[in-house]
Amino acid sequence: MDTNEHRPPNAAASAIENLSRRGFLKGLLSAGALVLGVHLVRHAAGAALRAAARRSRAGSATLHPDLFVGIESDGTVYIVAHRSEMGTGIRTSLPLVVADELDADWSRVKVEQAIGDWHYGGQDTDGSHSIRDFFDVMRRAGATARLMLIEAAAARWNVPAQECEADLHQVVHRASGRRLGYGELAAAAAHLPVPPKEALRFKTRQQWRYIGKPHKSYDLAAQCTGQAIYGMDVRREGMLYAAVVHPPVLGGKVKSYDDKEALKVRGVRRVVAIEPFTPPAAFQPLGGLAVIADNTWAAFQGRKKLAVQWDNGANAVYNSDQFKQELFETVRAPGRVARVAGDVDGEFKKGGRTVEAVYYVPHLAHAPMEPPVAVAEYRDGMVTAWTCTQNPQAVQYTIAKALNIPDENVICHVTLLGGGFGRKSKPDYVAEAAVLSKKTGRPIKVVWSREDDIKFGYYHTVSAMYLKAALDAGGKPTAWLQRSVFPPIGSIFKVGERYGNADDLSLGWTDIPYDIPNLRVENGPAKAYVRIGWLRSVGNIYHAFATQTFSDELAHAVGRDPVDYLFDLIGPARIVDLKGTNYPNYGASYAAYPIDTARLRRVLQMAAEKSGWGKRKMSRGTGMGVAVHRSFLTYVATVVEVEVDDHGKLRIPRVHTAVDAGFISNPEFARAQFEGAAVFGTSIARTGEITATDGAINQSNFHDYPVARMPEAPVRTDVYFVDSDAPPAGIGEPGVPPFVPALCNAIFAATGKRVRELPLSRHQIT
Amino acid sequence: MIHLRVNGVERSFDGDPTMPLLWYLRDELGLTGTKFGCGMSLCGACTVHLDGKPVRACVTPMRQLANAQVVTIEGISADGSHPVQRAWMQAGVPQCGYCQSGQIMSAVALLRGNPHPGDREIDDAMAGNICRCGTYQRIRAAIKAAAEAMRGHE
Repeated sequence: MDTNEHRPPNAAASAIENLSRRGFLKGLLSAGALVLGVHLVRHAAGAALRAAARRSRAGSATLHPDLFVGIESDGTVYIVAHRSEMGTGIRTSLPLVVADELDADWSRVKVEQAIGDWHYGGQDTDGSHSIRDFFDVMRRAGATARLMLIEAAAARWNVPAQECEADLHQVVHRASGRRLGYGELAAAAAHLPVPPKEALRFKTRQQWRYIGKPHKSYDLAAQCTGQAIYGMDVRREGMLYAAVVHPPVLGGKVKSYDDKEALKVRGVRRVVAIEPFTPPAAFQPLGGLAVIADNTWAAFQGRKKLAVQWDNGANAVYNSDQFKQELFETVRAPGRVARVAGDVDGEFKKGGRTVEAVYYVPHLAHAPMEPPVAVAEYRDGMVTAWTCTQNPQAVQYTIAKALNIPDENVICHVTLLGGGFGRKSKPDYVAEAAVLSKKTGRPIKVVWSREDDIKFGYYHTVSAMYLKAALDAGGKPTAWLQRSVFPPIGSIFKVGERYGNADDLSLGWTDIPYDIPNLRVENGPAKAYVRIGWLRSVGNIYHAFATQTFSDELAHAVGRDPVDYLFDLIGPARIVDLKGTNYPNYGASYAAYPIDTARLRRVLQMAAEKSGWGKRKMSRGTGMGVAVHRSFLTYVATVVEVEVDDHGKLRIPRVHTAVDAGFISNPEFARAQFEGAAVFGTSIARTGEITATDGAINQSNFHDYPVARMPEAPVRTDVYFVDSDAPPAGIGEPGVPPFVPALCNAIFAATGKRVRELPLSRHQIT
Repeated sequence: MIHLRVNGVERSFDGDPTMPLLWYLRDELGLTGTKFGCGMSLCGACTVHLDGKPVRACVTPMRQLANAQVVTIEGISADGSHPVQRAWMQAGVPQCGYCQSGQIMSAVALLRGNPHPGDREIDDAMAGNICRCGTYQRIRAAIKAAAEAMRGHE
């Protein structure tokens, strides 16, 4: 997720335009080459487009009808992947869409990773919206190129274009049996005018070769042979290595330091200061001292020998245990109303049965397997960066601001990411490399250790949720109040921000899809003392934990089966009416992506059926739990099976996840994302907890911030997709939110122990 | 001067003897298939074979490596044709892929000593390798498939 101010205009605003007639491209491309630009953003500037075309082989190929595809005369098709690959498969999925509409032979396709450039549209690969936003753009790119090749062939044969068609990397004239390969046609096609959008003929679903079918990753072989290049693997001529000592407390400053011992370490060259940031922190470097050395090890060793006195500043008052109690108090007091229907207080006052509960989810760290790392080279007012980033455009503007140079003077090459989960959409570490390169005059590789990663993150926020329901005689809620408090992500962009904005609250909170006449959704204030940032699924993690655990609690309180009870809460099939509520709907139109309870009910039904819910005899110490949640426009129901022994040892033999994500472009990757979400959710639930003492983070590495290993992870996760023609929705994130409460509800079923505060390790369940 | 063989190639090292093998492989030899994940032998991303046994390169100092035989992910096959690598590709194991060099090296070592591993033995052998994307289910399947393929070979 991203705040609106950082989100580029929607890709729907795109228009294909013939740029070959513009003077500024002259001299850059081979004679007669056709250049079309898919203009995705209004503020596109000529210089940046020129640069992008030059830097991309797709852009410099003989035929390149837009910025996403280029065809060489040898038939090689270059397709640009403009979104970051962190394991979702997007670098394969979107190019496959282009290749399909182009009717290209995938074995002759080369995928090129885009540099940061606004002409590609938003590149911040977060919020599970890559396919949603770019599926149609990619189809147009492929269909445009295909039609131009057909027209070139038709002209060559002197037959009507209508008589010709594409056939796997060739154009064929059926009547005469003549064929020409794409490579043979590229030069001629480059001279043709761009067909208007109305002239494009898209393939039918039946004609798709790749879309909607399982397909392996473009990078698979490289990943299995150690050849894939991640940010950690970038090497540049003359490069030096840096390890940064960051202020232990956010906003802290170096008071004094002694680098005598550090400089004695073999391979250490010098110690360089990075200035403290001026709040708000945003994506700026944290400040501190960098040890510059000949290799990573020397930099790490030198850093250990550096003696630093810190001025910790105002955030040193932060103690997370005490803060937890503050959140518990705040969440009991009235907050700002974010959604209201009926008269909740009036219903509560009637004196019927009420149930209430408070839930708590601590800070979490992303802990991608590849810690933050970046190489940057400053030269003559220009910076070139090579890094694992989810957001190369943020790399551009963050470095530009740090060095006071124009955005377009920053070139950001994007490597593969060794995990992202939201951490790598914040390029503070890349800015560190740029600042240090300018100061040292050398290409600098900044390597964060695992300790840096855990201690200096952008933490998933800490939260408390208060829920209260009034129940009628049948046990169904007549009134429902839910209030959350959490230091908001907005605090990194605006000093002192204490309330969640409409985006934060839309994540599983204002969109509660329950059929309850009196309903109020609130948010209370909470101050941030550490950097808060998006983490896979974001606010849905804690909001779904609260609503789905509370739902289970109510079911048990009134003696109902949890699945049946969820059906009652959801109510009849309908579009949830959110009039009067500021509900951003993940940036999508509510008309195209409404909250449709029929779809929510369907996944719940599917998960219940597939898991054998209610039909299986569970033995002592075993149990099943359920949760259902819509996030990132995708509907997910999850049933988790657990075994808990007398010592609190938890085993998760089976997970059943039913998913309605609309049309699914690549089922292979989608399945993997939901399998992975169950493991990610296991880590959150079992042991996920970041705490702070006197402003400094207590955890440091995988021994004190454990994540799920093979024996602790679900043994088997089965994923069931609803076959759907609905517009594509999110895949990477929506599996996480329902998993955590489903797991905790299963633990209740197995043990009678109700978990209202995460993680489970605090309840002697591991 | 420390002499060793890395993927069958003679090497000599005269740098800081406390430097872990990981950084020698990555920063000096440019063998970047072996990954840095924790630096404390907690995550397994840096798993290599030392005289045939799996070790964590991030805590194996160069001074211990005189006359050692080191094999990295780049050394188990020239072209990704090792049965474990083939099984990994067939099962579509990797998501981000960063940990997979280490996972593959642990799996190769497991299968070398145990051609018929059960679930429990796979868990034990692989528990030291973290995958944050959560590919464990496919890793387990790939190990079983590789075991079968390797037995078929014999």
